[in-house]
Amino acid sequence: MIEGAKWRRWVFFYIPLGVFVFVLLFPFYWMMVTTVRPDSELYRPWMAPNYTPFWTLHPTLEHIQYLLGETLFSTWMWNTLLISIVATIISVFCGLLAGYALSRLHFPFAGSLGTGIFITYLVPQTLLFIPLADIIRNFRLGDTPWALILTYPTFLIPFCTWLLMGYFKAIPRELEECARIDGATRWKAMVYIVFPVAVPGILSAGIFAFTLSWNEFIYALVFLSSPAQKTVPVGVTSELIRGDVFYWGPLMAGALLGSIPVAIIYSFFVEHYVAGVTGAVKG
Amino acid sequence: MAVAYVPTSAPAERHSLVSRLLEDERWLALALFLPTVVILGLFIAYPFVEGVLLAVTDAKVGVPGHFVGLNNFAKLWNDSIFQTAVWNTFWYTGVTTVFKLALGLWLALLLNRHFKGKAITRAFVLLPFIIPTVLSTFAWKWMFDPTFSVINWTLYRLGLIHGRINWLSDPDLAMISVIIVNIWRGVPFYAISLLAGLQTINPELQEAAAIDGARPWQRFWHVTWPLLLPVTMVVVLFSVIQTFADFQLVYVLTGGGPANATHLFATYAYQVGIGTGLLSEGAAISLAMFPVLLIVVVIQLLYIRRVETH
Amino acid sequence: MARVLLHNLNKMFDGVHAVKDVNLEIRDKEFVVLVGPSGCGKTTTLRMVAGLESITSGDVLIGDTVVNNLPPMDRDIAMVFQNYALYPHMTVYDNMAFGLKMRKFERTEIGTRVQEAAEILGIQNLLKRKPRQLSGGQRQRVALGRAIVRHPRVFLFDEPLSNLDAKLRVQMRVELKKLHTRLNTTAIYVTHDQVEAMTLGDRVVVMRDGVVQQVGEPLELYNAPVNRFVAGFLGSPGMNFAAVRVSGEKDALRAHKPGFGIEVPPELAPRLAPYVERDVTIGIRPEDLHLSNGSDAAGLCFDAVVEVVEKLGSEILLDLQVGDQTMVAAVEPTVRAKRGDKLRFVVRPDRLHFFDKASEAAI
Repeated sequence: MIEGAKWRRWVFFYIPLGVFVFVLLFPFYWMMVTTVRPDSELYRPWMAPNYTPFWTLHPTLEHIQYLLGETLFSTWMWNTLLISIVATIISVFCGLLAGYALSRLHFPFAGSLGTGIFITYLVPQTLLFIPLADIIRNFRLGDTPWALILTYPTFLIPFCTWLLMGYFKAIPRELEECARIDGATRWKAMVYIVFPVAVPGILSAGIFAFTLSWNEFIYALVFLSSPAQKTVPVGVTSELIRGDVFYWGPLMAGALLGSIPVAIIYSFFVEHYVAGVTGAVKG
Repeated sequence: MAVAYVPTSAPAERHSLVSRLLEDERWLALALFLPTVVILGLFIAYPFVEGVLLAVTDAKVGVPGHFVGLNNFAKLWNDSIFQTAVWNTFWYTGVTTVFKLALGLWLALLLNRHFKGKAITRAFVLLPFIIPTVLSTFAWKWMFDPTFSVINWTLYRLGLIHGRINWLSDPDLAMISVIIVNIWRGVPFYAISLLAGLQTINPELQEAAAIDGARPWQRFWHVTWPLLLPVTMVVVLFSVIQTFADFQLVYVLTGGGPANATHLFATYAYQVGIGTGLLSEGAAISLAMFPVLLIVVVIQLLYIRRVETH
Repeated sequence: MARVLLHNLNKMFDGVHAVKDVNLEIRDKEFVVLVGPSGCGKTTTLRMVAGLESITSGDVLIGDTVVNNLPPMDRDIAMVFQNYALYPHMTVYDNMAFGLKMRKFERTEIGTRVQEAAEILGIQNLLKRKPRQLSGGQRQRVALGRAIVRHPRVFLFDEPLSNLDAKLRVQMRVELKKLHTRLNTTAIYVTHDQVEAMTLGDRVVVMRDGVVQQVGEPLELYNAPVNRFVAGFLGSPGMNFAAVRVSGEKDALRAHKPGFGIEVPPELAPRLAPYVERDVTIGIRPEDLHLSNGSDAAGLCFDAVVEVVEKLGSEILLDLQVGDQTMVAAVEPTVRAKRGDKLRFVVRPDRLHFFDKASEAAI
């Protein structure tokens, strides 16, 4: 704690911290309030009297009902879930193998390959999306989940690789050496000894990859066209707006519900998220 | 009871060719790397080359292109919207990074103390980073809405303004709004990363400095900050690349407007390439990001190398 | 036949010649200790025998087979690591059974062997625990058990006792020795601790900078070191060294320096004859310096001033100022001495060592 008078604690600590937390969380609160606020209250100009923006006395589920009943929201959720899970599995698998190779094996070009994976950051999605759209179409993957399932790993694998490399480095080499002396091949030692011990890392990588997939936007926007194929971010952006009119109620409901899967996983695995962020930064 | 050596009673292991090959470090590494190399090659290297080729043609949607050399880039050079986008992107990246670093650092220092509910607070603080950007940006868009903005309402009630603030429809304000949302979204990432860095600093160093007579600010500047530098560098460089290539935020908040005032490289490339179907010009705009990204990544690599050889 | 033969063994790491032309024969059932300071190449040599390091040149034979290109799993060896290397996600039983499972042993056979090893080591009641629930000594036993169940041809030990506290280390040392007698299997043991080397080894190999300095039974190395390094490495407190000049002629040689001088015993005179009027290094072990009771030959005595008195209970160490340098004497606990005392010491003529100043070889 900060040494000194109580007022100092308040001025230098509690108040700034409080302001930070408030500012960081307010938009989510706003999302929640708007979701359950009836249209009549929603569309009152802010200068009108009796305006109580911060809460509502007549919560309603009509926006959520509209969202789930009249739009393809549930389809989008399903799509996003499927794509995120499969892309995560692919990426963690590749990251696991590549991370092991980079941190444990000696082979020519190890340095270049490691740098190469790092260099993929030179080409973010917003640089590649136009030519990639062409390629996706040529492979006949346009407007299918596969367009995303196969392209998401491009930015997920590097991250998973670094994260897992950090975990592997912390596992003593003697474990594998002992396994190999005990009679295991390199492959078996890797699978039966190293991977089980790296499970916390695998979990962190998976959770992070899932979150990043859920968050991806531009590839989904460009590669998917039919409403039934869209993911949650794209669907919410394109289908809940008619012309210039924003249906704020369902829109906020969509934003809220669309955040829930990630928020749920987050709440169970907070430590793994933090470990993931710090691992990526330190590694 | 002497336990003598007994030849193993298990059947001798016959090693298949594959098994023997994989015992060799080099073959094993090849096998392990294969899936990654295939995916990255197909979906990064190949499109990159395609993109470069595209940018030197005049292809449009449905119309194959002919080689036109650097025409597209010349066009862009004289395009006022492109110039705005370039300026915007640098300005956007620069300002947000400075603020994210400062605020993130402050928040990290606050979170580094021990207080009740620390874990929960830390968990909540990370939320803007976890929730999908597009969705939280919509919340901000609603908060900025000219007619129904809650921010305007609050400021009005507090007597700070008398008319509405056109957060998103005034060109200058729109840029500021976009910057605000980016900072809001980025502070948690900076804070948590810097917090991790802070936690690796031995508290005894601070205590020794205090005993030596250093005041809080001096302790920070001379003890904490230098030790935090490696983590800071990594975070900043990482974030700069992400921010420079940002798309989602501006697309949702303003679409690049009003009147193309808030375009960044990415959103303009989208508008030109996908929106109006001028594929090659869109590709050129995207590619224009490359030199800057290259410089940043090279700096990062050099820095890492320097840190590692220390 | 499970002897191990190292023939002209060399290892290069990135331009560093870590192991230089090592030739060694470890006989069947023998317990050989490789000892030396860090970086001397002992661990690298062990790892080459295990197959964990590639061999730059030379051969390793186990039994009569050249094993250079055999992967570790095919060499029929077992290794105990300094950090135990227990698989953290498996129980003690599974840790010990792992090697047998990899070799596709029958479940019943595995059970028998694990029980057998567990009984030998006294860890039967720990079989269901995980490594993190065990103390350091228990983990060490599990590591040993894991090696024993395999009934290997050769045991390899890589500083297994270094991580234990002093008391436990002494206890485990004795147990290891008993274990070896019981198991009667060839063993190669690496350590930097000369006490372990002396007490455990049938033969000891002293290494330095990748080169084998001397091979032989412990007492042989102790009493007849071939060079200054081996002389100084074994024994604690270490041997006292002094640079002295040899003068005189034929049978009446003296080794002396300012503040110190003794007659060279007639048995050693011929060996030192070539060094007249030159400097050599003399070595005397602390326990070979005795307080003179006045009746000793004057030629073998010298005076020294006591600087520090260290009473260990079993003996007393006297730090002495001899001329311009310090020497240590280990004397009986009944000796009364205090700082500043000037005492007369006598050396036994058969306990003197001389070394060439340049090559450091024993004279």
